[in-house]
Amino acid sequence: MAKPTDLVQGTLDLLILRTLALQPMHGWGIAGRIRQVSKEVLQVHQGALYPALHRLEQQGWIRAKWGESENNRRAKYYSLTPDGAKYLRQEQAQWKRLSSAIGLVLEMS
Amino acid sequence: MRWYYKLPLRLRSLFREDKAELDLSDELQFHLQNQIDEFVAQGMNPQQARRAARQSLGGIEQVKEECRDARQVNFIENFLRDVRYGLRMLRRSPGFTVLTILCLTLGIGANAAVFSWVEGILFRPYPLVSHQERLVALSGTAGDDRDETSWPDLLDLERSCTLCESLFISKITGATLGIGERAQVLTGSIVSANYFDVIGVHPILGRGFEPGEDAGRNAHPVVVISYHLWQTRFKGDPEIIGTTQRFNNVVHTIIGIAPEGFYGTFVGRGMEFWVPASMLEALDAGGDKLEDRGARWAEAYVRLKPGVTRNQAQQEISAIAARLEAEYPATNRGRGFKVWPLWQTPFNHAGELLPTFEIMVVVVMFVLLIVCANVGNLLLVRSFARRHEMTVRLAMGADRGRLLRQLLTEGLVLSACGAAGGMLMAYWCRHALVLLFPVRGGNVMYLPGQIDGRVLGLIAAICLVVTLAIGLVPAFQTRHLALAETLKTGTAAVVGAHGRALFRSSLVVLQVTLGFILLVGAALLMQSLRKIRTTSPGFSTTRVFDTWIPLAAAGYDAPRAKTFQDELIQRVRALPAVEAAAYARVVPLGYIPFSSTPIAVDGYEPQPNEQPSAEYNEVSPDYFATMGIPLISGREFTRADDENAPRAVIVNQSMIARYWRGQNPIGQRLQVKGGWVQVVGIVQDSKYYSLDETPRPFFYVPLRQYFDIEPQIHIRTTQPLQSIQTALIREVRALDPNLALYEMITLQEQVNRSTSPQLVAVTLVALFGGLALLLASIGLYGVMSYAVSQSTRELGLRMALGASTSNVLRLVLSRGLLLTTTGIIIGIALALLLTRLLGNLLYQVSPRDPLAFAAAFVVMTFASAAACFLPAWRATRTDPIQALRAE
Repeated sequence: MAKPTDLVQGTLDLLILRTLALQPMHGWGIAGRIRQVSKEVLQVHQGALYPALHRLEQQGWIRAKWGESENNRRAKYYSLTPDGAKYLRQEQAQWKRLSSAIGLVLEMS
Repeated sequence: MRWYYKLPLRLRSLFREDKAELDLSDELQFHLQNQIDEFVAQGMNPQQARRAARQSLGGIEQVKEECRDARQVNFIENFLRDVRYGLRMLRRSPGFTVLTILCLTLGIGANAAVFSWVEGILFRPYPLVSHQERLVALSGTAGDDRDETSWPDLLDLERSCTLCESLFISKITGATLGIGERAQVLTGSIVSANYFDVIGVHPILGRGFEPGEDAGRNAHPVVVISYHLWQTRFKGDPEIIGTTQRFNNVVHTIIGIAPEGFYGTFVGRGMEFWVPASMLEALDAGGDKLEDRGARWAEAYVRLKPGVTRNQAQQEISAIAARLEAEYPATNRGRGFKVWPLWQTPFNHAGELLPTFEIMVVVVMFVLLIVCANVGNLLLVRSFARRHEMTVRLAMGADRGRLLRQLLTEGLVLSACGAAGGMLMAYWCRHALVLLFPVRGGNVMYLPGQIDGRVLGLIAAICLVVTLAIGLVPAFQTRHLALAETLKTGTAAVVGAHGRALFRSSLVVLQVTLGFILLVGAALLMQSLRKIRTTSPGFSTTRVFDTWIPLAAAGYDAPRAKTFQDELIQRVRALPAVEAAAYARVVPLGYIPFSSTPIAVDGYEPQPNEQPSAEYNEVSPDYFATMGIPLISGREFTRADDENAPRAVIVNQSMIARYWRGQNPIGQRLQVKGGWVQVVGIVQDSKYYSLDETPRPFFYVPLRQYFDIEPQIHIRTTQPLQSIQTALIREVRALDPNLALYEMITLQEQVNRSTSPQLVAVTLVALFGGLALLLASIGLYGVMSYAVSQSTRELGLRMALGASTSNVLRLVLSRGLLLTTTGIIIGIALALLLTRLLGNLLYQVSPRDPLAFAAAFVVMTFASAAACFLPAWRATRTDPIQALRAE
C-alpha cells in the first residue's frame, strides 16, 4: 500500500469544512468520509483531527451538538455555520486558483 | 455574527471547565470505540484492537492537550491554573513564602516610597494645581548668580511673553496671627491676582482674587485662608466670609477658603493663607516695592503653552530680559531671567532635596537588586527541591515553554504579593520624610509623597522586571534537566550541580558587592555630616540663644518698638548669668534672607558688566560680643550709632579682600542703598546661609539706622534654655503683659537645622545600607547553610579521618569568607567609581575616603562572618557515622 499523502498544512480545515457542507457529522465519520472520498489517498492523521475540529468550532465556522450515532452511541455532531459556509466558499475558490496555478507551472515545458 | 457561536464556547471553557473536559473525553471515547469496532471487524481480538486504536489516535492525553490549546482560552485557563498551583505551592512552604514576600516587600516598597516622594515633592509637587507638567519656575539672574525678580519686570515679561500661557507670582511670607501664650506665625504666600484662576484652584467658599487686587499700595487687604486654618482656627465657621482678621496687625477681610488638600505652591511648606501683592508692605516690612524695578523680591511660576519646550521659553524670556536691560539700564544692567524645571526650583526646598533624591533612587535600585538576588537564591534552593517534580512533568509530555510559563507565574504571584506589600509600605511612608526634618517654630515641613498613576505604573514595571528576574532563575536551571538521570538519581548530585553552586555563589557575591557599596556611601555621608557639624560657623553656638517677639502683630509701631527694645535689652543684660545680649534682624543659617543692596566702593572700579552688591545684617550694639564673632580691628557699634549719628558699617574679611584688595578700609566709604556710609570696623568671616558655603563679602549696619520692628534677640548666657526662657518671658511680660515669645533655640540647634538635608541623606542611606547588609547576610547564610547540608558526606568523611572541630569550622568559614572577600573586592572597585555620585552631599570628604572604605569593610566582614558562623557551627555537629551511612 502506497503511503498516504500527508495533508498540506491548512488543507485539513478545508477538507473538514467541505465534508461537513454535505451533512452534520461526527469526528469518526469525518475521518472516514475524507478517506473514502479521496479513494484512500488522503489519510487524516487522527491525532490532528480533533484539535482541528475544536479550532474550527472555536473560530465559529462549525458548531457542535450531541446526538445519537448510527450504532446508538452518544456522539458529537459537527455542522457548518452560515459563516463557515461562506468561509468554505472563499477558501475553495482560493484553493482552485492556487492548484490551477501550480498545475500551470508544473505542466510548463 | 461569529461571536454568537464563539462567546458561549469561550465562557464554557472558562467557567464550565469540567463539563468541557468531560465532553472532550466522551468525544474521543466515541472515536476510539468506533475504531475498535472497525479493527475487530477486520479480525483483531478486542485487546489488540484497543491497543491499535489508541496507537492510531496517537496518545489520548496529547490529543486532549492539543484540543485544549485549540480552545484559545487555554492561555487564560493555564494562567489561572498556574496561579492556583503557585498559590498552593507557596502555601505548602510558608517559611519560604513569608521570607520571600518580606524581602520583595522591602525592595519594592523602598522603591515605591522613594518614587512616591519624588513624584509628590519634585515632579507633581502641588496637589490640585492643574497642568503641572507645563509649569516652570522663574527666577531672576544677576550675572551668573540667581536673584529674585521685581514686580515691574514680571509685569513686562507677562505682557511680552508669547510662549507663556500665564505667569503668576507666589512669594512665601509669614504673618503673625493672634496672640496667646506663644505667638503663632503662619506661613502664607503673597500672590498675583490671577493666582487662583491660573492654577485652576477655586475657593470652596467665597472667592479668589479679582483682577487689579494686586495693584495699589495696601489697597486691598483681602485674604484667602487654607482649609486647614479654617478648620483649626475658625472651627469651620461657614459665616466666616466677609469677617476681618488681623494679619501682622493689618486688618484683612477673609474673602475665601481654599479647597481641602490645596497647600499652595511651595515645596516643603503647607501655605495657610494667600494675600494679593498689593499687601506686600504689610507682610514684608521693607517699604512698598511694587513700583520699584530695582526692588527684587518676587518669585514666580510660568505655565508654558502646550508643546513649548523650556529652552524655547528661555530663549524668548532672555530676549525680553535683554530688552528690559536696554530700556532700564539703571536697575536692570546685568540682570536676566532663568526658567527652571519644577524639581530644580531654587527658591523652595525642591532644589535642596534634589541631590538627596538622586542618590536615593540609585540606592533603592541597589536594594531592589539585592532583594532580587536574595529571592533568586531562595528560589534556586527550592527549584532544586522541585527538580524531581519538573522532570516528571517534562517526562509526562509537558513542553518546556509551558513549564517556563508556570515558573514565571509563580514568580509573578510572589512579586505581586511583594508589590502589594510595597505599595502599602509606600502608602504608610508617604508622609514619613517629614519626620526626618526638625520642627521649626511649631511649623512642620510639608513633604507629601504621592501615589498616582505614574507611580503605580512604575511599581507595575518593577514588579514585572522582578518577576522575570526571579522566575527565570529557576527556569534557567530546568534547562539542564536531563530526564533519565534525574529520575533515576533522586536526591544525589545531579548534572549542573556545579554550575548551580557557582550561580548561587555569584548571586551572593553580587549581594555583598552592592551591600558594600551602600555601606561605603553611608559611611561617607556620615563622615561628611560629622565634618559639617564640627565645622565652626564662625560664631559661638552652644551658649547663645535666639528668639524673637512679634511686636508688629501686637500693634507696635516703630517708635514704640524702639523704646520696648531698649528697655528689654537693658533688663536682659541685667539678668544673672547673662554675658551679653543683642538684636539682629536675621539669624544666620536660617531661612529668612539677609538684606541685599547694590554697593559702590571708593576706589573700586567695577567691571563693565558688574553691578557690585552684597548682603548685610542689621545688628544692635554688642552683637559681635554676643555672637562671639571676633572683631579684628576698629570698633563695634555702640548706642551712639543711632538715627542722628553718621551712618556706620562693619565689614568682614572677604569684603576687604574683594573691594579693598586687602588694604585697611577703616575710615573709607561704602555706598549702601544709595547713601554713603563709613567703615568703622572689621570682623572675621563667618557662615551666613549654610555651613558649606564659600566665604562671601558681607557687612553689618546698625539696627537703629536701618530699623526693623521685629528683630531676633540673641542672648549669651551660661544658663540652660529653660531658665533663660522663663526669665526672658518674665521680663517681656513686665514690660507688656500682652506679648509672647516665639520659639527659643540655641544657635547650635539653628546650625543643626541648617544641616537637615545632609541628615536626611545620611539617615536614608544608612537605613537602606543597613537593610542591604541584613539582606546580604541572609543570602550568605542561606548559601552557606545549603552548602553545608549538601556536603554532609564530605564533612563526615573529613571528621572520620580525624579533622578536628576547629578544622571543620575553619573550612566552612573560609569558604563563606571567600565569597565575601570577592564581593568586597568588586565592591571596592565599583565604589571607587560610584561614590563620586554623592558629589555635593559630601562636605570636605573625598569620595574615596579610606576611612569610610575601611569602616564599610569591617562592618561587612563582621556581618558575613556572623552569617557564616551558624552554618559552620552546624557543620561541626555533623555525626560522621550518620553522614556516611546516609549515602
